[in-house]
Amino acid sequence: MKHTISILLENRFGAFDRVANLFSGKGFNLHSITIGETEIKDVMRMTIVTSGNDQIVEQVLKQLNRLVDTLKVVDLSDHARTERELALISINYQKGTLEELKNICDIFRGKVVDINNKSIMMEITGPPAKINAAVNVLMPFGIKEMARTGTVALKRGEQINIQKNEV
Amino acid sequence: MSSSKKFINGAEIFFECLRRENVEYIFGYPGGSTLKIYERLYDIDFLKHILVRHEQGATHMAEGYARASGKVGVVLVTSGPGATNTVTGIANAYMDSSPLVVFTGQVPTNLIGNDAFQEADIVGITRPITKHSFLVRDVKDLAPSIRKAFYIAQSGRPGPVLVDLPKNVINALCSFEYSEKIEIRGYKPTYSGHINQIKKAAKVISQAKRPLLYVGGGIIMSGASQELRSFAIENNLPVTMTLQGLGAFPGTSELSLGMLGMHGMYWANQAINHCDVLVALGARFDDRVTGKVETFAKDAFKIHVDIDPSCIDKNVKVDIPIVGDVRLILSELRKVMPGKPDIDKWWEEIKTWQKECPLTYDMNDGRLRTEYVIERLSEKTRGEAIIVSDVGQHQMWVAQHYKFNHPRSHISSGGLGTMGFSVPASIGAAFAVKDRPIFSVSGDGGFQMNLQELITANYYKLPIKFIVINNSFLGMVRQWQELFFDEKYSFTNLGESNPDFVKVAEAFGLKAYSTDRPQDVDDLIDTMLDYNDGPIFVEFKVVKEDMVFPMVPSGASISEMIVKRLNPQRMV
Repeated sequence: MKHTISILLENRFGAFDRVANLFSGKGFNLHSITIGETEIKDVMRMTIVTSGNDQIVEQVLKQLNRLVDTLKVVDLSDHARTERELALISINYQKGTLEELKNICDIFRGKVVDINNKSIMMEITGPPAKINAAVNVLMPFGIKEMARTGTVALKRGEQINIQKNEV
Repeated sequence: MSSSKKFINGAEIFFECLRRENVEYIFGYPGGSTLKIYERLYDIDFLKHILVRHEQGATHMAEGYARASGKVGVVLVTSGPGATNTVTGIANAYMDSSPLVVFTGQVPTNLIGNDAFQEADIVGITRPITKHSFLVRDVKDLAPSIRKAFYIAQSGRPGPVLVDLPKNVINALCSFEYSEKIEIRGYKPTYSGHINQIKKAAKVISQAKRPLLYVGGGIIMSGASQELRSFAIENNLPVTMTLQGLGAFPGTSELSLGMLGMHGMYWANQAINHCDVLVALGARFDDRVTGKVETFAKDAFKIHVDIDPSCIDKNVKVDIPIVGDVRLILSELRKVMPGKPDIDKWWEEIKTWQKECPLTYDMNDGRLRTEYVIERLSEKTRGEAIIVSDVGQHQMWVAQHYKFNHPRSHISSGGLGTMGFSVPASIGAAFAVKDRPIFSVSGDGGFQMNLQELITANYYKLPIKFIVINNSFLGMVRQWQELFFDEKYSFTNLGESNPDFVKVAEAFGLKAYSTDRPQDVDDLIDTMLDYNDGPIFVEFKVVKEDMVFPMVPSGASISEMIVKRLNPQRMV
């Protein structure tokens, strides 16, 4: 089963390497890894998608926690969360397929971000499953190049139940 | 210390830090990138620099020192090859959780990544084998990095920390400030165990019918031996030890079952198979202990005390995990024990196993055997010596036959199994301990891997007793070849090419002796014990076909123990 793990990490020399190294050194699966700044100075957020049985994922979390530079490690799979990914997809078009491509792009609520007389580039964002679906549909047209960011995710705010009579 | 506005250079800051960390010894070797530090060292008298002959020796010495003393071992080497030579020693310390701080020189920051002369990315190379590391890129960060390095190395589960020091940082000027308080927001080891977990454990232990304490190196590191002894005696509990746990509990005690695992005692492994409550204290369920994990103490209720949360449930799923310092936890556990378990029948069973298959060896042919040497050593030193063993058959025989009375007395390369560990590690131990005899026991293979350090022992006139158990073979590999590889003794016969060890030792200035007769053993041990003006060397030429038994084949369940030679025709 896939797990999305969110890590707050010191923005320090070598901190990222230590996390990445852990995955290769311990033989853990690594599907995607993203890193970026947060609202806190000197703290980065890493989002990692890994997979394995419960025992392995427990080890992944413990080993991540064990690193001196990790401040917080959360397995988001246990929580309500929002996951997003961005893909840039470049496709060669022929006469007649351009309209169809634009339609598909619209259906996935994507944007055309570049076009020339041979190819078109679209930007699609959404949960990883949506990106997969878009890629799947676009595949027959001949994807020239593709870049995906990997998953970023955040825990969602808690839902407060509002009783009927309070409304 | 309040911040003085006086500016000093990085090298001076370096030594000011070491002074505040109460460092007594540095094991090191100078080079181009550390010249400034060595210049400063020339005038330093509050610590002693031990000049080694190879940087691997320095790391093993620092580990021997750390394990004998409980303090942090400090290493100082230059960049490039100086740094890469420390890698095996760092890996060894990482596997055995020994506190080291390794300072490596580095090329100036503006040349890092340039393939500069004697440049190596040592922080990158050692990342998987260090607890943490620092590349100090600004002299302002020097003192805080060193402070953190010492703190991280010795707190929580100890381990090696590397501090990489670029040449320009060492030369740069800065005011010196050393904060007593330390705050690393991502690193907060847990020390006191969860009281409810401890109470639950106490209840389970007190109701056990067949309890067993399985103790490891964590007991020694946390200084929990006294607590362990009291806990075991108060509750009449059998104690079995891992290789690294030897000495944690007195080997001569009635309650001690000796070592368990691959070459452990038959009765200790039987006890593992039959216990109903297994209490793991500062031990990590290593594969050399468990054999096939699925069958290890499979019917037992398992309690696991460890300071490293990642050790819990890593190899074996446990029922009550307790994260924290084993000394504090044992002390709590003693307070909340509701009563002692009624286990006379269990002890009878254990005694039966002890009679059924005692630890014996054959001496009828009058030829010298390692077991005999170690047994005599144990008797003659009454278990009071420090034995620094190397890796292989002799290591297992030391573990089986030497009855250690005290913690920090058995020093050996457990996790990594580093041949060549003993000679330098014994030197480090000799700097830490002056009032007990120190024996380095190596095989003829491992002895040749770091024998250059004999000159270090001789130069500092350390009264180490170097023993080489010479069976003319890489004995443990030979044993596996005989048992599992059709007796194809591929490249394990050293007999044809071994040097004359007595001459080698003499060339390094040591008094040296050799024998192959059992009747000489006692006299030679006496000779070693009586000589304290410097190191002394004895070679024991032993039977080459001897094998270590009992043995659990790798990956087998520990009930499938081989207690005797499979092929009696090969008996010598």
